[in-house]
Amino acid sequence: MTELEYAPGFFTPRVRQGRIRTRWLLALEYWFLQYRRAWRGSILSTFVFPTLYLASMGLGLGGLVNHHLGTHAAILGNGSYLTFVAPGILSASAMQIGINEASWPVMGAIRWQRSYHAQCATPIRITDVLYGHLAWITLKLFATCLVFVGISAAFRANSLPRALFEIPAATLTGLGFAVPMAALSAHIKNDAAFSTINRLLIVPLFLFSGTFFPLAQLPGSLQVLARFTPLYHGVTLCRALGSGQLMTLTNLGHVAYLATMVAAGVVFARKTYTRRLSR
Amino acid sequence: MTTYQQVLRLTPAMSFSWRRAQHVIEHNVMNYRRNWFYLVSGFFEPLFYLLGIGLGLGRLVGSLSVDGHPVSYATFVAPGLLAAAAMNGAMWDATFNFFFKLKVEKTFETMLATPLSVLDVACGELGWTLIRGAIYSSGFLVVMSIFGYCQSPLAILCLPAAGLISLAFGACGLAATSFMRSWQDLGTVSLAMLPMFLFSGTFYGLTFYPGWLQAIIRLTPLYQGVALLRDLDVGVLTPVMWVHVGYLCLLTLIGFIVVSHRLVRLLTP
Amino acid sequence: MDVLPDVIVEARGLQKFFGEVEAVRGIDFSIQRGEVFGFLGPNGAGKTSTMRMISCMSPRSAGKLLVRGHDPAESGSEIRRGIGLVPQDDALDSEMSVLDNLHIYGRYFDIPRKEIRARAKVLLEFAQLTDRADSKVDNLSGGMRRRLTIARALISRPELVILDEPTTGLDPQARHLVWERLYQLRREGVTLIITTHYMDEAEQLCDRLVVMDRGLIVGAGTPRSLIEKTVAREVVEVRLDDGNYLSLVDRLGDHIDRAEILGDRLCCYGEDGDQILDLILALGIHPASSLVRRATLEDVFLFLTGRSLVD
Repeated sequence: MTELEYAPGFFTPRVRQGRIRTRWLLALEYWFLQYRRAWRGSILSTFVFPTLYLASMGLGLGGLVNHHLGTHAAILGNGSYLTFVAPGILSASAMQIGINEASWPVMGAIRWQRSYHAQCATPIRITDVLYGHLAWITLKLFATCLVFVGISAAFRANSLPRALFEIPAATLTGLGFAVPMAALSAHIKNDAAFSTINRLLIVPLFLFSGTFFPLAQLPGSLQVLARFTPLYHGVTLCRALGSGQLMTLTNLGHVAYLATMVAAGVVFARKTYTRRLSR
Repeated sequence: MTTYQQVLRLTPAMSFSWRRAQHVIEHNVMNYRRNWFYLVSGFFEPLFYLLGIGLGLGRLVGSLSVDGHPVSYATFVAPGLLAAAAMNGAMWDATFNFFFKLKVEKTFETMLATPLSVLDVACGELGWTLIRGAIYSSGFLVVMSIFGYCQSPLAILCLPAAGLISLAFGACGLAATSFMRSWQDLGTVSLAMLPMFLFSGTFYGLTFYPGWLQAIIRLTPLYQGVALLRDLDVGVLTPVMWVHVGYLCLLTLIGFIVVSHRLVRLLTP
Repeated sequence: MDVLPDVIVEARGLQKFFGEVEAVRGIDFSIQRGEVFGFLGPNGAGKTSTMRMISCMSPRSAGKLLVRGHDPAESGSEIRRGIGLVPQDDALDSEMSVLDNLHIYGRYFDIPRKEIRARAKVLLEFAQLTDRADSKVDNLSGGMRRRLTIARALISRPELVILDEPTTGLDPQARHLVWERLYQLRREGVTLIITTHYMDEAEQLCDRLVVMDRGLIVGAGTPRSLIEKTVAREVVEVRLDDGNYLSLVDRLGDHIDRAEILGDRLCCYGEDGDQILDLILALGIHPASSLVRRATLEDVFLFLTGRSLVD
């Protein structure tokens, strides 16, 4: 065996002292590093796809709607279809990105890459593992919403200074889905559940939560049901903020609804993460 | 490690038998017997789109005309979604599942160690994409007729036409997947499929686009499929349909030839 | 942690349940600073559960446990700062490069990036992975992964390194390379805890070890003392054509300490193997094959776990 060139005492134990204050930030670093090599794959679903929806629905289909209703239809909040649909697509995309980011990556970190397990062998605690990942999802949602609002502005689908308020609102919407989803992903064992959730839950929410048309277009019973969905609250909140209604009681209600989803998700996720990672 | 390529093969790569190809299809059926719910749930996606976009947006869009026939927006969108269902059903198996079997699980190498030939594998896989596409499109067509979105008895011809769409996408999907090296490469499939789904006349006609863009869109297979189904649905028979049919047949043939050659290269080096 | 206690891990009545399943059923052991301590046992003996409790990743169900002088239930995070873990499944990020894996692991310990870079350079050398620094882990062989996992565990200069089956699935050459690296660590005063189901590995590496079976410790000591205490020093293995081992054991009587039938051969234990073989030949029995060897931990294990057919 060849003799190594290292100083004697290289392996002599010297455990670092002093407090580590923000361990979740260290867990967050992992996701940054990981994104550096995987950004190409995710840039499509995060930036390109929402823009395609905006162009196809807002401009193409919007052309038909404007032709039929005119460009200032009362039913669409006295605006064109494009301005109506843009906040809808924004929050619906935030939902989809939230769900995506909290499904495969969470299961991968537990089962395939096992990066959660690697983190748990270090000073990082299970709650830090969770908060680090959620912080990453929040950042990603925020960046995506920011870009989408920018692109919408280029399409003249919103009016800029006030449309900026939609960014935190849509981020919150995405988190409202992501956090409970992360909890669920840590709980389930079979990834087949993801496609079921996507097809039977996310797609209907995407289409029936007022994203593409006002809820008044739905039959009465469905309308009531749709009003209870989290995406409806996200879409309505974004739409209100985008049209300049800022401090209203209804907005507060929407925020409270979404924040409750996040909070409940955190409680649930702490349970499932602990159960999965401390066996 | 043993490689199956060392096994003496008695069946030439390009021999073909229906019976042998059936076994390849059987393998797929067995795979889905455990995941039947995954197979069934795929049926709901186009249905949700039909209800969401067709009905929800119906009153906002008003009525449109197909070849001079005034139709409701839902009736306009339904054949488009039928074509999309035929495309998606075929593509899932032609891309992700095919890649898994080809590169990850090495299913085909195992198959070739038996009397199956490369051509049997290619035909079996293509046959399965057709079956899966047909499951979705026939289910969707039944829903369309219940809701009254089928305007003419000729709509029954949508079934073979949707089958042709599945075949064309299945063959092209298999051919494209045979060139992919990683899961990331497979992501490019959705880069082709989503724009087609959104812009190929599924939700609105092409008049919205500038002339040059219209010309490009007319070249996409989904547009050809949508145009064919929409005409059949309202019961209009035109000579242009033969162009659509011919285009989709040609695409199937090209895709199939490419994937067969690729499989020969990949599996019997 | 100002005063370094001599005992780095101490367990009393340590237990671990998974629902109804009792993986560890009350074990006592204490590990001295600077020694190589082994947990030997078959799959499912409770070794990995014990490792996970020591590395403060899995809470204990009952009993007492002190690691680095603290209770894992209260200060797991603080204790883990001084531990380097080499888990059975590596838990490397297979999509990331070798260097990135080292880097991010160092960051988990909040080590400054500059220090990590300097340390990673030497560790790559140590793991013989310098020319693979930028390859994806996916493209490494099993032996390379193992060495990388060991290097990763060392990035924080731990005083206790826990290796769960460090050489399972490696070819003989790769195993010897890992062993050689572990000796180096021991020389510099790192405490090592190793689980293994390879008897030769335990014999080679461990200063002291415990034998575990079905969640209990069934034997403890240095490898040599375990062998001499439990079985005799030497063994004669014989194969007979007629397979009539029971009558041979009867005829040998008190001349041997113990005998065991293992499949198609008979093992006779005693102080002097050659003497026993001479005795067998003197009885007029001509074995189809015979072998005199020193007793190993394999024999200890067979005896302790009751996986022998007859006495």
